[in-house]
Amino acid sequence: MSAGSGSLPRYILQRLLLIIPMMWVLITVVFILLRVAPGDPVSAAVGGKLDEEALDQRRAALGLDRPLYVQYLEYLGNVVRLNFGETISDNRPIINIIRDNGGATLTLTLGAFLFALLIGIPLGLYAGRRRDTASDVSIRIFGVITYAAPIFWTGLLLVILVAPTGWPTFDIASPITKFEVEPVTRIILVDAMIAGNWDAVIDILQHHVLPCFTLGLLLAGVFIRLVRVNILQTLKDDYVEAARARGIAERHVIRRHAFRNALVPVITVIGLQVALTMSGAILTEKTFNWPGLGTQLVDYLTARDYAAVQGIVTFIAIVVVITSVLVDVLNAVIDPRVRY
Amino acid sequence: MTEMTDRSASTATSGGPVIDARDLRIWYGTDRGPVKAVDGVSFTLRKGEILGLVGESGCGKSTLGRGLLGLLPEGAKMDGQLRFNGEDLLALPKKQMFAKRGAELGMIFQEPLTRLNPLMRISEHFEETLKAHEKRIGKAEIERRSMEVLRLMGIPPTRFRSYPHEFSGGMRQRLMIALSLVLRPSFVVADEPTTALDVLVEAQIIRILHDLRREFDTSLLLITHNLGIIAEACDRVAVMYAGEVVEIGDARDVFAEPQHPYTRELLRSTISLASTGLNFIPGAPPDLVDPPPGCHFHPRCPDAMNVCATTHPIQREMKNGSRTQCWAADLRNGYAQDLTPEQTTPLSREEISVADEA
Repeated sequence: MSAGSGSLPRYILQRLLLIIPMMWVLITVVFILLRVAPGDPVSAAVGGKLDEEALDQRRAALGLDRPLYVQYLEYLGNVVRLNFGETISDNRPIINIIRDNGGATLTLTLGAFLFALLIGIPLGLYAGRRRDTASDVSIRIFGVITYAAPIFWTGLLLVILVAPTGWPTFDIASPITKFEVEPVTRIILVDAMIAGNWDAVIDILQHHVLPCFTLGLLLAGVFIRLVRVNILQTLKDDYVEAARARGIAERHVIRRHAFRNALVPVITVIGLQVALTMSGAILTEKTFNWPGLGTQLVDYLTARDYAAVQGIVTFIAIVVVITSVLVDVLNAVIDPRVRY
Repeated sequence: MTEMTDRSASTATSGGPVIDARDLRIWYGTDRGPVKAVDGVSFTLRKGEILGLVGESGCGKSTLGRGLLGLLPEGAKMDGQLRFNGEDLLALPKKQMFAKRGAELGMIFQEPLTRLNPLMRISEHFEETLKAHEKRIGKAEIERRSMEVLRLMGIPPTRFRSYPHEFSGGMRQRLMIALSLVLRPSFVVADEPTTALDVLVEAQIIRILHDLRREFDTSLLLITHNLGIIAEACDRVAVMYAGEVVEIGDARDVFAEPQHPYTRELLRSTISLASTGLNFIPGAPPDLVDPPPGCHFHPRCPDAMNVCATTHPIQREMKNGSRTQCWAADLRNGYAQDLTPEQTTPLSREEISVADEA
């Protein structure tokens, strides 16, 4: 067992290689699910307007009349080349949807994570240190409620509470900002910064608060419980007592030994929560009319545009896989035991 | 119960005992009432001396060891008198106690595998410990002093930046010892330091602890349930039963001529190649919430007399120099001559042992 230096890059490489099989399984599942789902994309998209022969023509044009394995292989090949296909209903390349709407989802989820960490970790640590006191019980109840409450309910409640103050909630016409910003990265917050339009930046940030907070609360519930349990565990750990026995000051023991070690499993779970965040993001976007991928997904799903759904879901799956691998790597950097 | 007289009763700063504990009591509050884990313990420890503390599980020896460092869990209370180089530790503010811990009072624990923070390099453990007590210490000095103790413990300097999981159990215990010695404390509690280790490593650790006084002039309280370790490493031995020290004296004297029946039975239950059968002390250690009246050991004692069930014996100095609290030992050593024949009649014990086995 040589020192940790040689093994970390090897571990990272292993994790990265694992992306390939994980991705393959995911893509296959997406493909199968959409073929098993009832209804036929062509008749769903234009059903009722065309006769059977015209429908068959459309199917042939989309290649849907070919054997499944041919379609599957073609789909695989396209995904490898990052070609997610086109929508059936309005012939938009999926990659454009991802480009145009992905930014809004990205800032929404990052903002939500920020809120979740800011709320969840301090509250969890506080509750853990004051176990079974009134504040611990209240924090736990708060955590359960925020986790259990449906997003659209929390969201609408917050809107009702906040709207009278004049704080931007949502606006059907231009959900993120009333300002026009030159699209460069298509992440509107970044674009506004590039343009140096600080009024727009402030406006965009204000618009982010409510949706991010709503989604963040859901995640905060998970974090509170997780951090609390882990801090209770590490406070009892032998090395914490041993540190006290060496005369390390209590606040230092708590910070360096108990808190830090309690956060390791939390990071792992954060990785697992990426999927929860994505599904939460879809509901949040719908609630706040947020122009992200989730809104697009729901819209195309309602239109039974399976090609669009398949493309967007594949992309989301890729994001989830990559983030969870990144979290694994982060974990290995923090915890030397993981590398073996 | 502790008629405390000691050869070195005066607590001068130098020459006096490093540790002078008198009538120490530690109890935990529970729903059933206070658990008297340590019940009036007195002892002294001189510079460079190794005192072995032996007893069954649950007799309060670990609690006593932690109490000496002020490491008791919440809800535990402690009183009595505890002087460390003449300074009253129990009157010390919490903050000053933290400053003493590690620097002057060290602790070595039972499970070396879990006592090091898995996320921190060995070097970080040393750095943290040294910095906690010497704010302005430099990097080079930290490394020099850490390397010095590590070398004494036989840890190669190349391993300084390794993580705890890269070491074996025995090495980790040596790391723990090095870590508790890096600040040269004058008093160290070692709480069953070898229990989790195999026999060869055990011998190695015991040798290291035994040599501490030569290298560091450290006084050591060695808590163990292994009498072999006491015989090998300790100058004096204190035998604990139900929160009390029932016998304390020179290790050789106590082992050669145990005065207390519990010590004798404990020695007899040690397994060796010469032992033909398995000796054990019938019954279980008493409930520390509600210990038996009189001598706490009387329900299990083969020598019990009527007086033992009613009156608590007093600790007295025996002919071999040890201090023992036992009526039977008193009689043998010319004390307690005023006991009536009725009191010295062997205790009729059928019902007790039946109740005990039940």
